[in-house]
Amino acid sequence: MTGLPTISGDRGLDHEEQPIFELGRAGVSGVDLPDMKVGDSRLAGQRRRAPVGLPGLSEPEVVRHYVRLSRMNYAIDAGLYPLGSCTMKHNPRLNEKLARLPGFADLHPLAPQSAAQGALALIAELMRWLTTLTGMPAVAMSPKAGAHGELCGILTIRAALIARGEKRTHVLVPESAHGTNPATAAFAGFQVEEVKATADGRVDMDSLKSKLGPDTAAFMLTNPNTCGLFERDMLEIADLVHKVGAYFYCDGANFNAIAGRVRPGDLGIDAMHINLHKTFSTPHGGGGPGAGPVVLSERLAPFAPLPLLVHDASGFRLIEDRGAVPAGAQPFGRMCAFHGQMGMFVRALAYMLSHGRDGVRQASEDAVLSANYVLASLKDVMSAPFEGPCMHEALFDDHFLHDTGVSTLDVAKALIDEGYHPMTVYFPLVVHGAMLIEPTESESKESLDRFIHVLKTLAGEVKAGRRERFEGAPRLAPRRRLDETAASRKPVLRWTPKELPKAAE
Amino acid sequence: MSETRYTDQHEWVRVDGGEATVGITRYAAEQLGDVVFVDLPKLGHALAKGAEAAVVESVKAASEVYAPVGGAVTAVNEALNEDPAKVNGDPEGEGWFFKLKLSDPGELSALMTPDKYEAYVKGL
Amino acid sequence: MRYLPLTPTDRAAMLTKIGARDIDALFRDVPKAAVVPLSNFDLPDHQGELEVERALEKLAKRNIAAGAGPSFCGAGAYRHHVPAAVDHLIQRSEFLTSYTPYQPEIAQGTLQYLFEFQTQVALLTGMEVANASLYDGSTATAEAVLMAQRLTKRSKAVLSGGLHPHYAETVETLANLSGHVVRAPVVPGKVADLISLIDEDTACVVVQSPDVFGMIRDLKPVAEAAHAKGALLIAVVTEIVALGLIEPPGAQGADIVAAEGQSIGNGLNFGGPYVGLFATREKFLRQMPGRLSGETVDAEGRRGYVLTLSTREQHIRREKATSNICTNSGLCALAFTIHLSLLGEEGFARLARINHAKASALADQLAKVKGVSLVTPSFFNEFTLRLPKPAAEVVERLAAKGILAGVPASRLLPHDAAARDLLIVAATETNTDDDADAFVKALTEVLQ
Repeated sequence: MTGLPTISGDRGLDHEEQPIFELGRAGVSGVDLPDMKVGDSRLAGQRRRAPVGLPGLSEPEVVRHYVRLSRMNYAIDAGLYPLGSCTMKHNPRLNEKLARLPGFADLHPLAPQSAAQGALALIAELMRWLTTLTGMPAVAMSPKAGAHGELCGILTIRAALIARGEKRTHVLVPESAHGTNPATAAFAGFQVEEVKATADGRVDMDSLKSKLGPDTAAFMLTNPNTCGLFERDMLEIADLVHKVGAYFYCDGANFNAIAGRVRPGDLGIDAMHINLHKTFSTPHGGGGPGAGPVVLSERLAPFAPLPLLVHDASGFRLIEDRGAVPAGAQPFGRMCAFHGQMGMFVRALAYMLSHGRDGVRQASEDAVLSANYVLASLKDVMSAPFEGPCMHEALFDDHFLHDTGVSTLDVAKALIDEGYHPMTVYFPLVVHGAMLIEPTESESKESLDRFIHVLKTLAGEVKAGRRERFEGAPRLAPRRRLDETAASRKPVLRWTPKELPKAAE
Repeated sequence: MSETRYTDQHEWVRVDGGEATVGITRYAAEQLGDVVFVDLPKLGHALAKGAEAAVVESVKAASEVYAPVGGAVTAVNEALNEDPAKVNGDPEGEGWFFKLKLSDPGELSALMTPDKYEAYVKGL
Repeated sequence: MRYLPLTPTDRAAMLTKIGARDIDALFRDVPKAAVVPLSNFDLPDHQGELEVERALEKLAKRNIAAGAGPSFCGAGAYRHHVPAAVDHLIQRSEFLTSYTPYQPEIAQGTLQYLFEFQTQVALLTGMEVANASLYDGSTATAEAVLMAQRLTKRSKAVLSGGLHPHYAETVETLANLSGHVVRAPVVPGKVADLISLIDEDTACVVVQSPDVFGMIRDLKPVAEAAHAKGALLIAVVTEIVALGLIEPPGAQGADIVAAEGQSIGNGLNFGGPYVGLFATREKFLRQMPGRLSGETVDAEGRRGYVLTLSTREQHIRREKATSNICTNSGLCALAFTIHLSLLGEEGFARLARINHAKASALADQLAKVKGVSLVTPSFFNEFTLRLPKPAAEVVERLAAKGILAGVPASRLLPHDAAARDLLIVAATETNTDDDADAFVKALTEVLQ
């Protein structure tokens, strides 16, 4: 009976769901609004002529549509998400409740500042946590995502160089860097040069020294790096970078490994963006929104973008006008409208207050402990390119898959059938067929043991030449492997009604 | 005389009179996987030897294609816009990218003969 | 600590398996001097839910929420009623706590709603193709300018005087890196000369309609003038509900539309997170930044969706990417698409008409107050008044009476003497007749 095709096409609790445009009907709406007639006199002759083309559905239909869609998604709440460099930790629901307090959620960004003192005080408190944890004197709060924060940091550096009267053309990035690093540098008008990595996965100091020079604007480094390793030579790197008059940018994506234990400011960095949606638990939301505040050194602080937040006798105040900034401030411009991702600030501060300094430190210790536990448990059956200990993520490569006919991608897809979201694959680019596993501190030991057991067994299957679990995986997900080639060759990016066959005349 | 030469960046060039046809080799097409899009140069554009001439994209990668020899672009393979799969199916024939009017035929001598290229690929 | 499952016994067992003496051994690559004693962090220790709630509720209470009294602020963020079902649905675990859909087989929920969202945005704006959202309207505008510079291989961007000043500053910050920006004069209530600024060097012209003062602009002449010189027209919309009643930019010759979607599905949130809408012509597709969800089939021939044309993006093209963008505004885009699905064709049209009716009635009432005149002859749900006193002071005095009377233009244009007496007022379906009456009464008192 289990294999029999169903009449409906659905199977038990697994429901298929059409695009909403195929479900709607004219004259139906999921809201009750009065039907007001309005004249044209104030519409400047621009009254809409044609309908928009939106489908109409009642509330029950809309709710069912999205509930069914949701059930086709994996989620942290449902299972371990071992995505290296993403920090898929638990998203506390208290944070959702507090972000929705009307005093925050229903507050207009351009209300008089006297009406927003609580919000400004919250932002100031979050700034205090970020600067204290990082050991940096200043922080720019407006960037809307990590990559946006990177851009903010690089533009601050660019402004500082211009203020010094210098024109430097190059930004250095390690070959293991996340794609946003070179993309950001190029975006800001710099040429990008790669610094090589050593056999033990860290910055090759000789390569760095050979590339640092008077035309270097900055070195962008992730620490812990994208291989999950702490850059031991951080202090020397900072020194070398500063000696040539360049700035040291740190990509803070991996801050979860060291928060509450190490202050990047003590390591000599000039700027670092912090991904609130990674280290500080704001929800990933299927791809966003994020928030990427950037901590800044004394040297770079004057160039932070508008708006600035000041606190004086009259209370908290946003300075939005370049002409009204305190003496010494030379903002390079504005990253976006308004003041930043307030909704994410509330959530991040709730996380910080809940964890406290002791919890933040314990979380990073548990994150590092869990990654090392995974590394130690699997390095004999899979291949780890670098000697441990690792930081908060464990890196494997596809050496153990050599000549087996099974690729990193196949292992990832087989994990889907086992009920797991795959780890990060093919990143970083410095090892072949990379598999980067970041369990985070949110997993119990039982959960880790279960995951390790599955990977161990899969590795054993590969070694024994049994490929059934891998070939054509996944089989048990809502969809089998999808044709990405066809999607790119003939992109279909919006729903269109299918042509109806013409009726006979 | 029509003879094919190869670069170490896996481009091929076939010369007929003063006109050269350029594309990517079977090896390169295999490495890329299914080609989904080719960004071809503009007609009349003057390319120096080694300059970036085109970009070939698969689902997961994008690769620059460099001019193996210098010249002005006289034709581009419009058929690739409709059917980029030609690059995978017949990379050294119907999957050609563009034609150049050679500025310096002497540049050909620095390129690899078919035998040399085959040996080069074997060593990769 | 309630969010951390590991027990001391677990930790000890794990250290044994690893072969490390203690947790410090795992951090051995960190320079000794860089390990900070916990007591050196001047921060409190962990707290329970009750304490955290108290702390943040205290801060929330120090703000005047828009719903606390009559509220008429707009200027780029609008208060609309979001049906209860929207917030309930976006908090489903599988939407809230899922990641970017890089493994499409277990992310069809996300990919399908993004596909539907892209379709809705294309329909609303009257354009051929839309992406899966950007951060917000201002960064979408900046990205549009950069895209136009790439497409035309020209560097000059001309910005209309009616463009929201925050948007203009954001564009200047980014577009100045690869070109230069020219701003047309700001003339509230009138169409300032823009066309004479367009030349063979111009990559794009950026026009907002309705503009920051609320005025509806005719984009057609600007589109013609731009195209005649080989430049592109970028249309900006900060109040997306306007497209329920007025002609979309796509019908007026726009090449790229950059808009703010906050009005639908998303609350004010003191400025973020919001959702950037971005739409363009099919022929410009490969230069469009941001994520795209595309339709395809799986190995069994079933319809499905994947992220596509990823070679434009940073994780593949790295320094040659169209932008450095990594995230979209996922959950905000979901809220937008759910709300719009609930509204449907009829609901959206009704919502737009109610907004215009409310604003029109309020404008009439306020213009009757002694000394007050209406500056914008045409508008959707937002208009500008000239007051006999500086608007910023009037707003502060009205706030003290519990009325958020709108945004003084001087907040956005602090150095523009002509802006000092101007008040930008928005009215939506959330404003009642009592709100309007209270506003009129209080304004009359304050202006005496």
